[in-house]
Amino acid sequence: MLQVKYLKLTLNGNPIINELNLEVKEGKIHGLLGVNGAGKTSLANLIMGISYPDEGSIIFEEQDITRCTISERGKMGITMAWQEPARFEGLSVGEYLRVSNNLGVNDIENYLWMVGLPPGEYLDRAVDANLSGGERKRVELASVLALKPKVAVLDEPDSGIDVVSLPHIMNGITEMSKQGSAVLLITHSEEAVRVAEEVSIICAGEIINSGPPREMCRWFRDNCQTCPHIGEPSYKGV
Amino acid sequence: MLVVKEYEALLEAYGRAGGNLDALRNNEVGNLVIHENKVLSVQEADGIKVETKETESGVSIHFLVEEGAKIEYPVHLCFGVLPEEGLQEIMLRVEAQNNSAVNVIAHCIFPNAVDVIHKMDADIKIGDNAKFSYRETHYHGEIGGIKVIPKAKIVVGKGAVWESTFSLIQGSVGLLDYDFEIFGDEKSTNELLVKVFGKKEDDISIVEKIHLNGQGARGLAKSRLVLNDNAKAMVRGETYGNAPFARGHVDCLEIVNGDGVIARAIPVVYVNDKQAKVTHEAAIGSVDKKQMQTLMARGLSEEEAVDIIVKGILR
Repeated sequence: MLQVKYLKLTLNGNPIINELNLEVKEGKIHGLLGVNGAGKTSLANLIMGISYPDEGSIIFEEQDITRCTISERGKMGITMAWQEPARFEGLSVGEYLRVSNNLGVNDIENYLWMVGLPPGEYLDRAVDANLSGGERKRVELASVLALKPKVAVLDEPDSGIDVVSLPHIMNGITEMSKQGSAVLLITHSEEAVRVAEEVSIICAGEIINSGPPREMCRWFRDNCQTCPHIGEPSYKGV
Repeated sequence: MLVVKEYEALLEAYGRAGGNLDALRNNEVGNLVIHENKVLSVQEADGIKVETKETESGVSIHFLVEEGAKIEYPVHLCFGVLPEEGLQEIMLRVEAQNNSAVNVIAHCIFPNAVDVIHKMDADIKIGDNAKFSYRETHYHGEIGGIKVIPKAKIVVGKGAVWESTFSLIQGSVGLLDYDFEIFGDEKSTNELLVKVFGKKEDDISIVEKIHLNGQGARGLAKSRLVLNDNAKAMVRGETYGNAPFARGHVDCLEIVNGDGVIARAIPVVYVNDKQAKVTHEAAIGSVDKKQMQTLMARGLSEEEAVDIIVKGILR
């Protein structure tokens, strides 16, 4: 459904994404596991059209979308949940979930339940600074669910989350897949990536291994967590 | 007969602007309707006394909320000038006695203004433990030939609450010179909020001053402006922490959305008691990039995304 081919991105001459290849299949959850600075968010931004690559291409449903705008990609059915979602003054949770669809109240309520937010408490609350980080991320997932996207890029939906929110977040991701969305689940957590069908490991802007979650988690633990590149910017190189 | 005609015309303009006509026609709801310098309707509710006196250029009003009175329904004030030219000076004296509670909604209607001046000078006293909520909403035409000059001095008693919202987001602002000043006593709550949508050649000046004079008094001077085209705006939010445990905050946001816009914000925070604390935040700039990207990733165009963000800020 979504293919990333030989994608390259440099910043000030330093490689951020380096000839990266990846495929996300229809209705499947593809985990992207990597330490901080590996290039995960940079890749998410390239897929969503927030930034553009120097080289390579992004193919969606056999169409080259490498130079398409964010809006064009959004209209095609690609969307993203940010690691730190934006806050909106004066926009209620209910309105936010209806931003580009005509769903009824019952549907909106169902999506809120899927991420463990009681609609009675949240529908009329503003999507502003009064929501906690965990609540805001759950609202973000609910809004992605409400869109029924063809591809959802989830940038670290599990990071900075309280223990109460985490199972609801994971449930939301599973529901996304059940309703037919292809999900690119970006994370540095082995726990989170276990819901995926396939996992790729990213380091220094490159995919360095791919396979089933259990195997990749073990590989990640053995190789990446003891690697001196942890916490280092990817452009330092392997 | 003429009065009835003017009254109906004013209500019609109010209705066209999206106002709630039922509230003004409900016999149980207190209201006061003024066109130019004529009082067209006065309806008192239990616990409220309204005295009016027509002057050459406007109306003097004494608005009293009796001690202990809790007014169930919002009281509606309606001020307007329907002709293209005119002057309306409202001298407003408000006295909310101790332990009273009221919610006042003012509608200011100037749909045809080419050369209109609307001035309000308000002297407001909120008694101890009283609660006064004041919301003023303007309905202007598109020409922008109007000068709106609201000034108020508000004294808020011990444990009392003053909350006001001034909203001018419909039609052209014209010239706005808003100046509200509050003096808050012990444990009082003092909140000023201004929302303005400036367009074309609009010229906007907003001054919000809060003096936290009593121990434990709290204050918020908040403003939200969106500026298009060649609109100019200056916002001055001042908060003075003059007593122990006084807490104040100045919060100004101006969204600049036009090539000819000039936006200024001057937050003033002043503390002369070591146990008081006053903070401020002021942001002037274009629409937040991340908010835009988020909405565009939902398939909205850039224009649609800006529209949603702006409407939210001005809501």
